[in-house]
Amino acid sequence: MTMDENDFLIDLPSAEEKQYTTLNLGPTHPATHGIFQNVLTMDGEVIVHAEPTIGYIHRAFEKLAERRPYNQITPLTDRMNYCSSPINNIGWHMTVEKLLGTEIPKRVQYLRVIIMELARITDHLVCNAVIGVDTGALTGFVYLFQQRELVYEIYEEICGARLTTNIGRIGGFERDFSQKAWDKINSFLKNFPAVLKEFESLLSRNRIFMDRTIGAGGITVERALNYSFSGPNLRAAGLDYDVRVANPYSSYEDFDFVIPVGKNVDVYDRFMVRQEEMWQSLSIIKQAIAKLPEGPFHAQVPEFYLPPKQDVYNDMEALIYHFKIVMGETDVPKGEVYHCVEGGNGELGFYLISDGGRTPYRLQFRRPCFIYYQAYPEMIKGSMLSDAILTMSSMNVIAGELDA
Amino acid sequence: MEVSSQEKVIATLQEKYGDEVLHVETPYNFLTVTLKKEKIVEIVRYFYDHQDLHYQYLTTLGGIHYPDLKQIAVFYQLHNLYTNQRIRLKIYLPEENPVTETITSVFAGANWMERETYDFYGVIFEGHPNLKRILNVEEMIMFPMRKEFPLEDQTRDDKNDSMFGR
Repeated sequence: MTMDENDFLIDLPSAEEKQYTTLNLGPTHPATHGIFQNVLTMDGEVIVHAEPTIGYIHRAFEKLAERRPYNQITPLTDRMNYCSSPINNIGWHMTVEKLLGTEIPKRVQYLRVIIMELARITDHLVCNAVIGVDTGALTGFVYLFQQRELVYEIYEEICGARLTTNIGRIGGFERDFSQKAWDKINSFLKNFPAVLKEFESLLSRNRIFMDRTIGAGGITVERALNYSFSGPNLRAAGLDYDVRVANPYSSYEDFDFVIPVGKNVDVYDRFMVRQEEMWQSLSIIKQAIAKLPEGPFHAQVPEFYLPPKQDVYNDMEALIYHFKIVMGETDVPKGEVYHCVEGGNGELGFYLISDGGRTPYRLQFRRPCFIYYQAYPEMIKGSMLSDAILTMSSMNVIAGELDA
Repeated sequence: MEVSSQEKVIATLQEKYGDEVLHVETPYNFLTVTLKKEKIVEIVRYFYDHQDLHYQYLTTLGGIHYPDLKQIAVFYQLHNLYTNQRIRLKIYLPEENPVTETITSVFAGANWMERETYDFYGVIFEGHPNLKRILNVEEMIMFPMRKEFPLEDQTRDDKNDSMFGR
């Protein structure tokens, strides 16, 4: 039996009797890369309406922080954007240093830049590899995760931990980088560009990948700004706002780098912006190593920086500081301070109010994920389900940062 | 932000809404203006539309509880991306009945931030399109970020923090 197009048209229900399907995407779904739910109203395969539900891994960090001494808050920040926890850690340390008015040695600032840029690379690398997976290209994912492993080994060499790093201390680093750490950094810098180049050539001009990603998940720059987007997602929309340039911290003004911006505001642009940022990060790391000044690896803040162990046994003052830090008995001056860093996903802000006690009176995290994820329903309205998955992974929604 | 440009912002605000300004300070060089609660949306809108100020980016929004004052503060942090100037606006609401207007009419991004503030502090944003809890379960009866809400289960006696805890 043959049918022409008109036969189908006659059988279509009218708008009033049209039935929609409700589809639960999540809370646990392999494609959502984290625990959050979207209740989708579907018309066939087209999304009519989306209702996101979040909070599945809410751990009340802001409340917990009100009861913890300053050095014990660093592990909380680890668990926000766990793909780039060193940025969170160092952002928090810098907030406290700003409140205390501590002068940070130049060497520490440069070492921090190296670590933060390595973290940015791993963050973007995970996001881009996952965009590949969601378009059906698993090869690049496996290939890049091997490189992420190498960065984790660098963290391990510096602070002993891999994912939730708790790196550094208020005032600097717990120890100077060992020779082994430098060897690992240098070997990563030597080998990673070829891998990244290969990954890029695998996807960036791949016809299937381009057809899937170009034009999918768009948002105009006006809407993006109105939704307070930041980071690579805002830059992919065409606006060159980068905290590293707008409010330089940790000596970012010493380095020469380019802010990549997108044009078409789609998944492909977000992919390409992140890709280019990884190249820029590599260049920043190289510049930092080339210009690395000599000097101490921590500032003189005895109230917050643990003294060396041998001093604790032999020196009364060191013992007192050791006790006060470990028991969290150090008061900080009264004041309120906002400090922001360019996290993996955008402007990561810490709004800290101290009443002069040993814990913050109020600490608010400006979590970029939480803020831009609310635009998700608008971005996927009218698109296909498969594009919605792709949009989510290209926005790099990290459940830990979303829920805090 | 330089002092002169901060003064310019304050002068522009004083000119139109002089009666609304309660207090101006710059802790750590961050311009902070405490306002009367009534006209906050109007002032945010004024900042948004003003031809020189361009505060068109809402960085963050949240609450602070002051049990001693019996007040809940709501802060709005705006950013002028043209000149890279930031400003923080604060309003104080009574603890028993914290009600203010929503700024979702100006910033779409305020939607979840206001829901979060409602969830944690119980601040009612009038006119909000979907004001319900966001991170906590909907059955929750407390507003957990208020200072009287205990961090740990009060019935436990195996943890004694009386020596070192606050």
